[in-house]
Amino acid sequence: MIRVVLPVHLRTLAKVDDEVKLEVAQPVTQRTVLDALEATYPVLRGTVRDQTTQRRRPLVRFFCCGEDFSHELPDAALPDAIATGSEPFFIIGAMAGG
Amino acid sequence: MSALRLLVGTRKGAFILTSDGKRAEWKVSGPHFAGWEIYHLKGSPVNPNRIYASQSSGWFGQQVQRSDDGGETWEAVGKDFLYDGVPGTHQWYDGTQHPWEFKRIWHFEPSLTEAETVYAGAEDAALFRSTDGGTTWHELSGLRDAKGKLWQPGAGGMCLHTIVLDPTNAQRMFVAISAAGAFRTDDGGTTWSPINQGLKSQFELPDPTAEVGHCVHRIAMHSSRPGVLFMQKHWDVMRSDNAGDSWNEVSGNLPSDFGFPIDVHAHEPETIYVVPIKSDSEHFPPDGKLRVYRSRSGGNEWEALTKGLPQSDCYVNVLRDAMAVDSLDKCGVYFGTTGGQVYGSADAGDTWNAIVRDLPAVLSVEAQTLP
Repeated sequence: MIRVVLPVHLRTLAKVDDEVKLEVAQPVTQRTVLDALEATYPVLRGTVRDQTTQRRRPLVRFFCCGEDFSHELPDAALPDAIATGSEPFFIIGAMAGG
Repeated sequence: MSALRLLVGTRKGAFILTSDGKRAEWKVSGPHFAGWEIYHLKGSPVNPNRIYASQSSGWFGQQVQRSDDGGETWEAVGKDFLYDGVPGTHQWYDGTQHPWEFKRIWHFEPSLTEAETVYAGAEDAALFRSTDGGTTWHELSGLRDAKGKLWQPGAGGMCLHTIVLDPTNAQRMFVAISAAGAFRTDDGGTTWSPINQGLKSQFELPDPTAEVGHCVHRIAMHSSRPGVLFMQKHWDVMRSDNAGDSWNEVSGNLPSDFGFPIDVHAHEPETIYVVPIKSDSEHFPPDGKLRVYRSRSGGNEWEALTKGLPQSDCYVNVLRDAMAVDSLDKCGVYFGTTGGQVYGSADAGDTWNAIVRDLPAVLSVEAQTLP
C-alpha cells in the first residue's frame, strides 16, 4: 500500500483524519499515485493538479523521503521507500505568505 | 415565532449564526470548511434548508458545497465551471488581450421558483447556471458577447459578484461585474445588454458614453418594484427607475460616495442602506467612524446610523456581499467587516449590536428568515 499525507485543507475536504493508504498500480509515479488518490476520493479531483491539463497546481508541492519531488516528471518512478510504503508521499501546500 | 439564520462567509471558513425572532441572543456554528475562503453562502428561497457555499483556496482551487439541512451537513457537488466553447479573450492591464481563466465563484443566487436551479457568478467574469442543484454547471455565454473583449479586471479581479433576479419576470435578470459594469437579460440569459448609461467614471473612463468599463460594486432591488434599482459604484450611489436603462446619482449628503454594499429595507422600497468608505485608496470609514447611512427617500437625503457602532479608531471595511436584511417586522439589517465583526440591527438600523466580534475577515453575509 502507498501512504499519502495530505495537507489539512484536503484532509478536511476528503473527510479523513490521518494519512491515506492507496492501492497503486506499478510503476509507482506521481501520476499513478494521484490517479489512485482521485479515484478513491473524487472530491480531491482538481485540488492537487489541474483537471484539464493534469499539471500540478502552482502552490502544491510533493515531497518524498525529505526531498522535493515537485519538479520531477509525473511519470518518473518514485523512490522504493514510497513504492513499498515504508515512507509516505507528502502533498503540501506551498509557503505563500498570508 | 420566526427564526433567523445568518450565513457568514469569511477568509477562513463559514459561520452560521442563528436566533429567534427577537434577534437578541445568537448561537454561533462554525467554522465550517475551516481554513478555506468562503466567498459566499446563500439559501434557496424555495427550500431554505438548501444552502450553497463557494469554497475556494489559492492552493487547492474551487469547491462547491451544498447542504440540505440548513448547514448541519454538507456535500461537495459539481465544481466544473467550463467556459462555453473557445473561451476567447478580454482586455488585460497592459492593453493586450488575455484569455479567460476561471479563478473562483464569488456569488450564488438560487432561483426564486425552481428548487434545483441556481446561478453562479465567476471570476474571470461569467455567469453559470445549474438546473440539478449544483451537480453540473453550464455557462450563459451570451453575457460575454456584451462587449466582453473590452472588459478589463480591476484591482479586485474581473469578477461577476452580483446577480439579481426579477421576481415578476423569470426572463429578466441583472448582473454586475468589476470592472465591466451592469448587464441585463430579458430572455432568460440568452442575450445580454450593458445597462450603464448615466454612470460616470471621470478619470478611469473619460468617455461619458462608454457602454462598459464601469466599476459597479453592488446592485440592489426591492421585490415589489423590480424596475427600480439601486447601485453602489466605485464612486457614486446611483438609482435607476427604468430597470437600468438610465441611472441618476443619489449620493446627496453622504460623507463619501465610495463604498461597496447597498441594500433595500424589506418592507419600505424607498429605504436604502450604504456604508460609506473614505476612498478607493483608503478602504476604511471616514474619520474612523463606522456609520451605516440610511435614506428613506430612495437616495439623496441620508442619515447616519451610529448607535452601537464604533465611533472612533475604526478602520475596517465592509465588502460588497457583506450586508443583508431580514423580512421580519421590524426589518433587521446585518453587515460584516474585514475586522471580523458581524453587526445586527433589529430595528431597521436605529440601533446596532455586535453579534460576533472576532471572526476572520468577513466576505459575505446573507440573512434567512425562517418560519
